Amino acid sequence: MITVNNLYKSYGKVTALNDLSFRVNDGEIFGVIGPDGSGKTTLFRILASLLLPDGGSAGMNGLDVVKDFRKIRGIIGYMPGRFSLYQDLSVEENLKFFATVFNTTIEENYLLIKDIYQQIEPFKKRRAGALSGGMKQKLALSCALIHKPEVLILDEPTTGVDPVSRKEFWDMLERLKSEGITILISTAYMDEAGLCDRIALMREGNFIAADTPQNIINSYTETLWAVQTENMSASLRDLRDHPQVKTCFAFGNKHHVTVRADLSISGLQRYLKEKGYSKVEIDAVAPTVEDCFMALTN
Amino acid sequence: MSQLKYLVEKEFKQISRNAIIPKMIVLYPVLVLLIFPWAINFEVKNIKIHVVDNAKSAYSQRLINKIDASAYFILTDISSGYNAAIGDIERDKSDIILEIPVSFDTDMVKERHANVMISANAVNSTQGLLGNNYLTQIINDFSQELRTELFPAATLSNAPHIDVVTDFRYNKRLDYKSFMLPAFIVLMITLICGILPSLNIVIEKETGTIQQINATPVSKFNFILAKLIPYWIIGLIILTLSFFLTWIIYGLLPSGSFVTLYISAVIFLLGITGLGIIISNYSETLQQSMFLVMFFILIIILLSGMFTPISAMPGWAQVIAHANPLTYFIEIMRLVYLKGSSLSDLLRPLMWLAGFSVLFNTWAVLSYKKRG
Repeated sequence: MITVNNLYKSYGKVTALNDLSFRVNDGEIFGVIGPDGSGKTTLFRILASLLLPDGGSAGMNGLDVVKDFRKIRGIIGYMPGRFSLYQDLSVEENLKFFATVFNTTIEENYLLIKDIYQQIEPFKKRRAGALSGGMKQKLALSCALIHKPEVLILDEPTTGVDPVSRKEFWDMLERLKSEGITILISTAYMDEAGLCDRIALMREGNFIAADTPQNIINSYTETLWAVQTENMSASLRDLRDHPQVKTCFAFGNKHHVTVRADLSISGLQRYLKEKGYSKVEIDAVAPTVEDCFMALTN
Repeated sequence: MSQLKYLVEKEFKQISRNAIIPKMIVLYPVLVLLIFPWAINFEVKNIKIHVVDNAKSAYSQRLINKIDASAYFILTDISSGYNAAIGDIERDKSDIILEIPVSFDTDMVKERHANVMISANAVNSTQGLLGNNYLTQIINDFSQELRTELFPAATLSNAPHIDVVTDFRYNKRLDYKSFMLPAFIVLMITLICGILPSLNIVIEKETGTIQQINATPVSKFNFILAKLIPYWIIGLIILTLSFFLTWIIYGLLPSGSFVTLYISAVIFLLGITGLGIIISNYSETLQQSMFLVMFFILIIILLSGMFTPISAMPGWAQVIAHANPLTYFIEIMRLVYLKGSSLSDLLRPLMWLAGFSVLFNTWAVLSYKKRG
């Protein structure tokens, strides 16, 4: 269990964490979602006992991150955002090194990492620096798990990893969750939010919402349409100029538009036709976490 | 303990996989000891001399032969006009002029006294000064010779007379190399063991690996110690290699004992590696730490009495020199190599070195932050 109470941290004039409080339950995957600079890494570094907070408190499993930092380091598995293993050591040497640093052996906890490690084991003599992005992530996760941590803190582990490896990575997290490990993960990919038990949307050092993905989506009250035209960039401007359109964002190959209740789909279609667009498609769509995030940040 | 062992093992693996460092450890002493002693040599030889021989006599000819026979001088020209000679100096064909007057022989015999004039080019002040000294010495020798030859009785009857006999203790032939070689060994250890561990920690900062280590239960002390141990060992390997090379190449063996040298070296190594760690703790990037290290290394080398005697420095520089571990280790190395001093003779510099080691390493451990 992770508890954070009124956590505050600033770097000079910039406030990184602003009176943040939340709780992560045992055996839960808790996702923190937010744009770059919203304070995710600062929060994770404080929880990993690498950074001292300016105010408030944080702890896990009855240990305080400031007072009991030595014990904290023994029960957490931390994976920084950047690949931080020794590039000049081989896959096997890295794993062995981190095992010994935690006073354990690969054999002792092999069962926990088996599924992940088996995928990179054929390359165990290869230097870590020569691995592909996805394999690096798997090795980093193996190293973070080798001492059988109670809490996993993963800072944007899937950034820069291909979609297949990302999928595999999340499958592994599911398995680790079933082992009873509490997982705190941050990501910039909105599609990963749905895979968490609970998510928090973070902005400017605080959570603007924290709930299960479904509840967050359910709380969405706007009328949401997906609009497609033959000239997407020009139509983004024109849509935003429409007086009854509240917001309009590029969303993959469509625009997600929220509108005032008095506008109808045919009305908007007519408007776009008048502006000279020929192939206009407008459909009402169900909101995603990203839509909720956009709505909450505006 | 086992944690430390694996940390050190990891450091050695990383060093051995580095493309340059293992080669440097062997090549560096070889190159430094082969090249430096020849390049940095304050002995002045082959001074080009121009003699203006106005006398053209038997005695002047004898004096010229004597100068020509000396290893210090190369006789470029003998002329009979000062103007030609000074022209030679201006064109850099000669460094020094000796002018012998017309009445040299007669003055010598009748007046028992003759004057000659030396003009030296002092653009290079050391060469000018030493050229003058060597030449004066040759002329004095010559005048002594003439005196015994012409007035055998007079030398005895001559009233109080001081004959100076100089014995250069510990370095009989005033060999510059035997003075500088022990200092070069210190220089090498300082460069390798001062710079490398410093860069090592900063590299961990730059690649981010230090974050992963900091999130583990590894203690500050073990982490720093594991960084230092490999460089202590490398330092001792370089030291041993250097002892061997100075013996093979220059035939120079310490007059004192190797035990004294190794004990002093270990104490020095502890300090200088600690200094490197302190610098790395205050730098975030390789660029910063390189610049800091270069700055400090230059100062501690120049203000260590390696090239110039500390007693000749201005007061403030002497203060810095006395707060410089290099000063004491160079002193120890020279005393053991040339004078054969033993541990008990070296108690004072050893205590200083030990003091620096304690200070630097305490500072290094305290200034290493596991948490921001």
